[in-house]
Parts: sequence; structure tokens; C-alpha cells
Amino acid sequence: MTPESLVEALTGIVGPRHVRTTLPERITYARDGLPTHRHVPGIVVLPGQRDEVIAIVRLLAALGVPFVPRGAGTGLSGGALAAGDAVLIVLTRLNRILKIDPVNRLAVVEPGVVNVRLSAATAPHGLHYTPDPSSQTACTIGGNVAENSGGPHCLKYGVTANHVLALEVVLADGQVVELGSPGGEPWGPDLVGLFVGSEGNFGIATRIAVRLLPVPRAIRTLLAGFGSLRTAGEAVSAVIASGIVPAALEMMDQSCIRAVEDSVYAAGYPREAAAVLLLELDGASDAAVAADAATIEAILRAHGAGELRTAGDAAQRERLWLGRKKAFGAMGRLSRDLVVQDAVVPRSALPEVLETISAIATHYGLTVSNVFHAGDGNLHPNISFDGRIPGLRARVEAASGEIMACCVAAGGTITGEHGIGLDKLRYMPLIFDGDSLAAMLAVRHVWDPAERVNPGKVVPVHACREWQRGAGRGRAAAEPAA
Amino acid sequence: MSLVDRVRALLGSDAVDLAATPDGVPRVAPASPDAVALLLGTAREEGWHLRIEGAGSWLPTDAPADLALTTRRLDKVPAIEPQDLSATAEAGIGCDVLRQQLADRGTWLALDPPGLAGRTLGSVVATASAGPLRQGFGPIRDHLLGVTFVTGDGRLVQSGGKVMKNVAGYDLTKLEAGGFGAFGVIVLVHLRLRALPRADQTLVLEGAREDLTQVAEDIAQAGIQPAALELVSPALARRERWALAVRLAGSAALVAAEEAGLRAATGGRFAALRADEAHGFWMRAAESFATRPVTFRLGGLPDSSDELLDLLQHQVGDEWVSVSPGVGAIRWGGETTVDRLRRLRRTLAGIEVPLTLERAAWPVRAAVGHFGAYREGVGPLVAGLRRTFDPGEAFVVAVEGTE
Repeated sequence: MTPESLVEALTGIVGPRHVRTTLPERITYARDGLPTHRHVPGIVVLPGQRDEVIAIVRLLAALGVPFVPRGAGTGLSGGALAAGDAVLIVLTRLNRILKIDPVNRLAVVEPGVVNVRLSAATAPHGLHYTPDPSSQTACTIGGNVAENSGGPHCLKYGVTANHVLALEVVLADGQVVELGSPGGEPWGPDLVGLFVGSEGNFGIATRIAVRLLPVPRAIRTLLAGFGSLRTAGEAVSAVIASGIVPAALEMMDQSCIRAVEDSVYAAGYPREAAAVLLLELDGASDAAVAADAATIEAILRAHGAGELRTAGDAAQRERLWLGRKKAFGAMGRLSRDLVVQDAVVPRSALPEVLETISAIATHYGLTVSNVFHAGDGNLHPNISFDGRIPGLRARVEAASGEIMACCVAAGGTITGEHGIGLDKLRYMPLIFDGDSLAAMLAVRHVWDPAERVNPGKVVPVHACREWQRGAGRGRAAAEPAA
Repeated sequence: MSLVDRVRALLGSDAVDLAATPDGVPRVAPASPDAVALLLGTAREEGWHLRIEGAGSWLPTDAPADLALTTRRLDKVPAIEPQDLSATAEAGIGCDVLRQQLADRGTWLALDPPGLAGRTLGSVVATASAGPLRQGFGPIRDHLLGVTFVTGDGRLVQSGGKVMKNVAGYDLTKLEAGGFGAFGVIVLVHLRLRALPRADQTLVLEGAREDLTQVAEDIAQAGIQPAALELVSPALARRERWALAVRLAGSAALVAAEEAGLRAATGGRFAALRADEAHGFWMRAAESFATRPVTFRLGGLPDSSDELLDLLQHQVGDEWVSVSPGVGAIRWGGETTVDRLRRLRRTLAGIEVPLTLERAAWPVRAAVGHFGAYREGVGPLVAGLRRTFDPGEAFVVAVEGTE
């Protein structure tokens, strides 16, 4: 089939308005939230109904054409880019909230529902959808499922995988499967858990049942300033070890604080502090939260907190959080380009790792700002740079690689919530051996034997040990690792 | 060379115990993950069939096999990190031993699975058998940071890691948790811990079942977040009537506030148990399931608990039942037949409630299967995953029944 006839067939499914073929239209989808990867898709199709998704996938299956599912494109791993002849299937028009069941505290949504919209819709019932990525005003639940997204409040309440009960999925061949049950108990092995975070490699989720939680009745938000990253990191460990689990425990370094304070999102953070912790406690009663807050305040002071503030009302709380959630946007002021990195280390390793990252930045002459989920040990070192300067991108790449290696050496991992996508393929052999990578590839083949769904992402095929070809066990990688 | 001589040559003579099993199947106890991999690689080449055993206190050790692979020598705890609230333990460690080691370091694994206290960690993970604490701390998978497992053809596969968040690669840990060993032998588990609660209070209210489910709903509506909220049948609770048990755990201030809220929401009718009484209450309820011939679990919705209990009462009885009404989970223990189990699973499938057979004698497991009544398209995926991780069908696991 020629590209023209494929366009014609797709148009027959979704109508001419929802197939994008001109270059200016397609360029819109050439990147996600990461500036270092760019692929202009050949064809973009925007189905508006579940049945249209099924029809598109079946058409592409019959033709053997690969495809890439995409939500709002706010991802930070190059995971939703379509290269070569892959068709980009944009799911933002599937944006209906199909069901809200306040008694059983669950909702069923289409994949294009924007994260924050679900919480807004369930607020009248005193419920909310807890995972809250910083991009929650734009990102979609479908994208969250694909990436197993996190967010500040995942410290207490868990990431996306902890909140997905059931899925309807269109597989690579167009077959529709139902995974999980409304109560969350799987029918057999936990295929919902396996699907969440598979970065679009296993199919397209067309219906998503999620768990809702009660909006906390009592909330207390604290801001603490510290004289060094090390003391702030040590305070994080002390809070965690205390047994009180904050709803959120975030850290920002001075570079980030100043970027926020210089922006329209100025939150009143102490500009001279080397680091601030933004800590939130919640619970069912004011008394319990107040008592825990007193304990936490004592811990923070004992670990060197200088300024210590409590949000006095909802408006102050919102302002403190707005600064944190818009920090990435504020960092746009620092330079033309920004690479948002993502790694996780044991919480007790935070002080050392933060110092090492600072040394790496100095070595490469780069500006690195840290704003991250300290309570989980989930770092986001952000590198600001001007990609037009010759040689700078290579330095950013090299620094990123060293940061990843340092996190892995500390017992950590290369991504806590952004995913592998294209960006981190090369780091996968740092944490998985050939057999483990091959196992992942073999699992992918169960869902998508021809690797047509979001091809080239997540598993670095060259680093996989041979799998299931007679006596492949123990054999060296077919090709050397990059 | 005989099978036993071959295994002795591979792993050493002390790894094989010929007389250990009641059915005469040689029992092999590898002492390291690599030894498990070596054994299973050889099993693949030789076409041996193995059953996986832990302490032998939960699933009956009666599956027909050439060898019984026990994890009991994989009993080390390589790391407990109180500062990070994480630990790494081998799969054969007894939960009671692990719990004590964690407590000595001020940490807590918030799991209270059914069965005897010495049940192995690997058994709990492989069968995903959560207990009442699932109300406050989620299912088994929520406590796992990663696992290492050995496939049916002897490959050592690592999934996840040791840190709190991790989205590097596909989450194969989810497949192993609750896979009943069909997708590999779990050898090492990385765990998410909690700090040992400063206060831990259990309160109990006795009454008619229907009344207590309403009280449970009142508690949920009051915004109370208990660690456990469990409706327990009289036989299981060893009381005259049904019991609704509430467990509050956390800081002293939190527990005091939650208890006050509980009393306000329910008219102060709950009786607080002393620490030893509470320990006995929860332990007896957990252990009783290990004494019933058959145990299964259902995953319903919170508002379906009464309806499901009525159904169970009608079809298989409700003498040994424990319900987490806040999450819609039910565990049943008792004596029943293959036909009744099959009929019950079919009925439940019609209302979108999965039945997972947790333990039974091999003939029942083989006939009914741990899983069944799959939704559309699930069967081929499960079959494909089994072929992937156990291409020679080395593991004797009754994933699906024979119906």
C-alpha cells in the first residue's frame, strides 16, 4: 500500500480532519518534553472513539505498519516519537470520563483524559486521583499508564501502578483484551501490573479503571530552608526513618529556588537557602496531623533547618506548590534548552550523590539545577544549556551519562518515573544483564511479536542475550553493548 | 547416571534429601541462586519436572514431579537498611525470622499473610497472599521493589531494583508476584519497609454480619484510615458472633486521633484489645487458613461484600471467612469439591469477580487451577508468558484447571 492509500484508508476511519499529513502539522508531534530527540512522524492520526482505535490498529496490522501511541506529548524520554514509517496515533480525543463510582471509589476513563481533570470531576464526591505528575494540567491518564508516572504525592500514596485496577487494551494485532477486574484482583497473573509502565510497547489502553482516594480532611504544608544540600539530604533521611510518612517531601536547590523566585511562579522561597524542603502531611484529623507536624518540625530543626514556615491557609499552600510544580517551566528562564534528568538513589545516599552531581556539573561547565522527590530518592538533575553552541550538546550527553553512572553506583536506577523511551536505552545495560534484558524482550514478543508497537524503545535489543533459541543459556550477547 | 546422582554431582550430596517427602520425590535444596539456575538449566536439558516448595506449610507438597526444589536453604538476609526503609532477603527465609530481624532494626514489613508464621517469603510473594493489612498497605506487589528469579530453563533474571521508584524496563516483578511459580522460582526479594509503628492498636466489635458491614462503611465514610479493617467469621475469630476488627498503626498521635474518630463514628461500641490479645487474634485468624483443606480468595468491590458472602454461604458455606470490606477482598477456607469450586468460579465470573484458588490438594488444584474463567484475550497471553519463562514445562504448577 502506498502512503497515499494508507492516508486514504485512515481518513475512511476517522475522517479527513483527523489525519495530519502536511509538514507543519506533523512537526507539532516531532518532540515530547525532552529537547534532545526529534522525529517528524510521517502520518498522524487522531481517533475520537475506541472503535476507531481498533479499526486503525487492525488496518496497520494487516499492512504490517508500525505505530506509536501518544498522549499529550509531555513525556521526558522521547518515548512517544514516531520514526521511519511508523504512524503516530494521538489519543487526546478519547477524553471521556466514562464512570465515577463514589461508593466503590473508582473511575473509568478513556486514555486521553487529562490527569487533573479527573480529580476535578471527582472532587464533588470528596475523592481524587492521587498520582500527580508535575505536568498534570496537561498529561493524560493513558500516558501516565504507559509511563507508570509518579509525582510528589506518590511518596505516601504510590505511583500510577498502585492505582490502576483494570484495563481494556488493543493489542498489536487489533485484538481487544480485558485485564484486571473492577476490584483490582487479577484474573490470573497480574497483567495490569505488567502492562503499566510498558511505555506503549504492549498495546493501546482504551479504557482505564482507576482507584480514587478520599481528599484528605487535614493537610499541613511546611517549607524548610537549609544551608547546604548535604544537611537537607540528611534531614530527608531522618524524616523517613521517623516512621511518619509525609504525603510529599520535595527538595529544590538554590539554582532552582532562584529560577522560581525570578519567574511569575514566585512562591516566597528563601533565595539565600542552599536548598529547601517542601513537606506535606495529611490525614483524617487536624489533631493527628498537627502532632505529626510538631515531630517533623523538631526533626528538621535538629538537622539544621534555618527558616521553617507552615502554610497558613489553602492559598499559601497552593502558592508553595505552584512554585514546585512549575519549577521546570521557570528553569526555561535559565537557558534556551533544558534536559530534565531522572534517576533514583537510596534515600540515605542523597547527600553524597548530590555532591557528586554538583562536581560533574562543574567538570563539564554546565548549570545543573535540582528539583526532585527527595522522600523517594527520585532525583531530577536539570541541565540548562544553549543547544546552538557547538559541542555543548555532547557535553550535556556526557554529563548525563556520568550522572546516571553515579546513581547506579550508589545502588540506584536510571529512571524513577520518566521511563526509558529512546533517551535511556543506552543506560539499560548499566542495570540489567543480557539475560534480564532478553527476558524483557521475550515478554514484549508475547504482546507484540513483530515489535510494531512503539518500535525501538525501552529494550536495547543489541544488549539482549539470545533467548529461546535452543541452548542459548549463558551465551554472550549477540552484539557488543554500545 | 541416575537423576539423583546427576543432581548430587551438580550441587553436592548435601543438597539432596531422598527420604524427605511423603510421596518419595527427591527433595533438592540449592544453597544459592546460581545453584537454582544450574539445577533448572539441567532440568531443561533432561526434561525433568519440578515442583517448587518453601517451608511446606502452605501449599501441599504433593504435585507429581521428578524433583522437589525447596528454597529453604536460601534463607539469608543480605541487607536491612533502616535509613532507606528497604531490605533484601532470599526467598526461603521464614516470615517469622525475617519479621524479628526487621524489628530488631526498627523496621516493619507490613504484611500479614494467611498461614503459619514460618511460611517463607518466597511463598507469600509467589502466591500474592495478602492478609488484613492490605487495607492500609496494599497488596503484596506494593511491598516489592524488585525480585530475582530463575526461569524454567535456568536463566537468572533480575527485575526492578532496590530503590523506592523504578520504571526501568518492563515490570516483571508484577508477573512473579502471584504467578504461583509458573513463571520462575523467586530466589531474592527486595522489599519496601515501614518504620516499626510506635503505636499499634486493635479494636473489635461483635455482631450480626450485615450490621458489621454497615459499621465498616461508616468507618470508611468517617475518613478513618485503618491499617486493617477485617470482618471475620465466628469460627475464625473464635467468638460467638461475627467480629469486625480494626487495626490502627502509626505514630501515637495518629493512632489516638484515629481511635477517637472511630469511637465517634461508631458510637463507642468497639472494645480495645491488649497487645497480646491483638497478636493472638490476628495470628489465629491467619493460621486457621493453613488448617483448612481448601483456601481461595475473591476480589470484589467494597459494596459487594454482603452479596458475595451470601453467595458463598449458599454455595460453599461461610464458616471460615475473612473479609476486607474496604477493598472488597474475601478469603475463604473450608472443605468443598471440584464441582462446587468450578460452579462458584463461573458464577463469580458473571459478576466480574475473579476467584483465585490459593491452596488445595493436588487433585483439586489440577482440576480447578489457581486461575480460570479468564476475560477475553487473557488466556493466550498467559500461555505465551508461560512458554517464555518455562519453555520445557519444567515447573509443575496448576495454573489453569482441566475444565
